[in-house]
Amino acid sequence: MDGFGSDFSLGAGSGKMDTGTIMEQVKVQIAVANAQELLQRMTDKCFKKCIGKPGGTLDNSEQKCIFMFMDRYMDAWNTVSRAYNSRLQRERARI
Amino acid sequence: MNMENQSATADPQLQQFIEIESQKQRFQQLVHQMTEVCWEKCMDKPGPKQDSRTEICFVNCVERFIDTSQFILNRLEQTQRSKGSFSESMSE
Repeated sequence: MDGFGSDFSLGAGSGKMDTGTIMEQVKVQIAVANAQELLQRMTDKCFKKCIGKPGGTLDNSEQKCIFMFMDRYMDAWNTVSRAYNSRLQRERARI
Repeated sequence: MNMENQSATADPQLQQFIEIESQKQRFQQLVHQMTEVCWEKCMDKPGPKQDSRTEICFVNCVERFIDTSQFILNRLEQTQRSKGSFSESMSE
């Protein structure tokens, strides 16, 4: 059953089951990519606002600032996600 | 066994999955983008928790961002229709 070669290594075999596996793997990869994107943007914003002149370590006030910013950024992200979702629902209801 | 049937594009289940996931990704990307843009507009001084004024600002920001993009799209379509060519309208 492995006679199709490397091009079809994902699709070869029992068909349905492999498709399911592929979909699950893709979903995981997408989730990871999204988490990375969120992390990158959050780090960028936090760093810009919390770190003044970079010292030898992150001092207490900088750390507190970062934690606070992280929470605010997540709140913002969730608010935006909800707002965008509502807007999409509204647009769809109009059609 | 027909090798054609093994390709992803021939599998309707996979095709639908790809369409749905692509749509979800476009949504996620826009959320990332709008969060960043609206953060600049709405966050003056982050506090210990998100106050309602800031939350309202974010909601408004999302709505206005989408309005803006729709507005731009409509205007471009209009200009293109009346002028007949995209490059013509851009040189105005």
